[in-house]
Amino acid sequence: MEYILNFINNSQQIIYIVILMIFLGIEVIGRVPSVLHTPLMSGANAIHGVVIIGAIIVMGKAADTNYAAIGLGFLAVVLGTLNVVGGFVVTDRMLEMFKKKK
Amino acid sequence: MELNILTICYLIGSITFILGLKMLSNPATARKGNLIAAAGMAIAIAGTIFLYKDEDGNGLHNYGFIFGGLAIGTLVGFLAAKKVKMTAMPEMVSLFNGMGGACAGLISIIEFGRISNELGSGKTFHGTLLIIFLGLIIGSVSFAGSMIAWGKLNGKVKDFSFPGQQIINTIMLFVMVCIAGYLILNITPANSYLFYIILAGALLYGILFVFPIGGADMPVVISLLNSFTGVAAACGGFLYNNKVMLTGGILVGAAGTLLTILMCKAMNRSLLNVLIGSFGGDKGGAAQVSASGGTYKEISISDSAMVMAYANRVAIVPGYGLAVAQAQHICHELEKLLDEKGVEVIYAIHPVAGRMPGHMNVLLAEADVSYDKLLEMEDANDLFKTTDVVLILGANDVVNPAAKNDPASPIYGMPILEVELAKNVIVNKRSMKPGYAGIENELFFQPKTSMLFGDAKGVLQQLVSEIKSL
Repeated sequence: MEYILNFINNSQQIIYIVILMIFLGIEVIGRVPSVLHTPLMSGANAIHGVVIIGAIIVMGKAADTNYAAIGLGFLAVVLGTLNVVGGFVVTDRMLEMFKKKK
Repeated sequence: MELNILTICYLIGSITFILGLKMLSNPATARKGNLIAAAGMAIAIAGTIFLYKDEDGNGLHNYGFIFGGLAIGTLVGFLAAKKVKMTAMPEMVSLFNGMGGACAGLISIIEFGRISNELGSGKTFHGTLLIIFLGLIIGSVSFAGSMIAWGKLNGKVKDFSFPGQQIINTIMLFVMVCIAGYLILNITPANSYLFYIILAGALLYGILFVFPIGGADMPVVISLLNSFTGVAAACGGFLYNNKVMLTGGILVGAAGTLLTILMCKAMNRSLLNVLIGSFGGDKGGAAQVSASGGTYKEISISDSAMVMAYANRVAIVPGYGLAVAQAQHICHELEKLLDEKGVEVIYAIHPVAGRMPGHMNVLLAEADVSYDKLLEMEDANDLFKTTDVVLILGANDVVNPAAKNDPASPIYGMPILEVELAKNVIVNKRSMKPGYAGIENELFFQPKTSMLFGDAKGVLQQLVSEIKSL
């Protein structure tokens, strides 16, 4: 029990962020017209590509002799980049079509 | 000093994500919003590469691999995203989503490997392990599920289910959570192999989770997996106490979940129902296909051209068939032509028409169709009573009256476009084959309905030249 209380106390900053972000995410998306659902989903898809930062950290920390970590980390960096770059470019292509309107 | 600059990079990243999502929700600012979020992402990534220091003050190394990976990912991602056809956009999003999920899963695997080496040193890892397992399970489910959704959308994977699948899915999830809980509390070097059993279980669960889901549920599944990946990314944020991963991930997780729930509501189904993967699981759909099978009548191109040219109002109902045939431009041409002849043309857009919410809007926007002609379901349903001709282009389940009349139908309860209220209904399809949900559509057998067989693009081209010559 004390362990859990300590955990909450030590990570209160993170817990605050999580709670606020949940409400913010709901607020931000709540007023989206259905026209933009697909681009929005695609844009959100690109944003969770932020996981690439974790991949970079893991890769950069891997010891030179730990080949498994280096191999997996490299794969993670490639996949994460695919998510970020592909996600933003696809979203931009979708939205390019909307731009032609007045 | 460097760490302070990194903090500012992350702060900029978080703010641009929030701003970007906000701007994405308005047509006028959407494109800019996307670019702003992308710029923030670039700043956060560059900051991490050059400024990151761990607790002991060591910077990153293995730069060759980092830049190599970034270069490969950028090149492949850019080309794939540029080359993909508009029709294939949904599966592309699903594919990229799977990459993100896999990335989160891999981070968990590597971090677990690191922790395994420190076991027995007297340290406890309860919190870290909890986050690692969460990231592993959610990321792997998202990866495997997205791959199946991708395969399904491009037709490589067929719907598949077996008796008791829901029970097995639920048991699998329960067992995975139990093993993870056990490991968190009692990890030793001897039982850490259980980690890989969880990994295998999560991948299998992701596959089984999406396998039986078909038709109208696919958009929901992609949206749900999208928010899963967001949560998996946030787990990485917990692990490294990294605020930009945390905010970005949670933001997407929350927004994606809400979007998913909105979609479920549009189909009158609960999220739990979708999660368990029970769409059409009671085989009600299969029995129905053989049950009906009345007669339908065909209509010629010239007759169709005639009724449409002399109508007061024509409503076009686009569906996946329009997307497959790439017929959006010729469809816009038909609309302009009718408009010149004094016919009012509207587009009736069902929320889940196509393979993703808003799929039809994107497609028609590409062809320069103006916004105010695109009506949402409720508005369109009010107008059908006074509409002379409804032209259905490759849509099926979203106009199936069984959703209203037949409690045994798997789509019963889903709101539909009530096209049968109009005076005439012309259905363009390639054949009499049932739609994506695999159920027969009684609309096609109603007396006011006529069938116009053929590829949407070809049929529309003929219609346009026919109307021009009238």
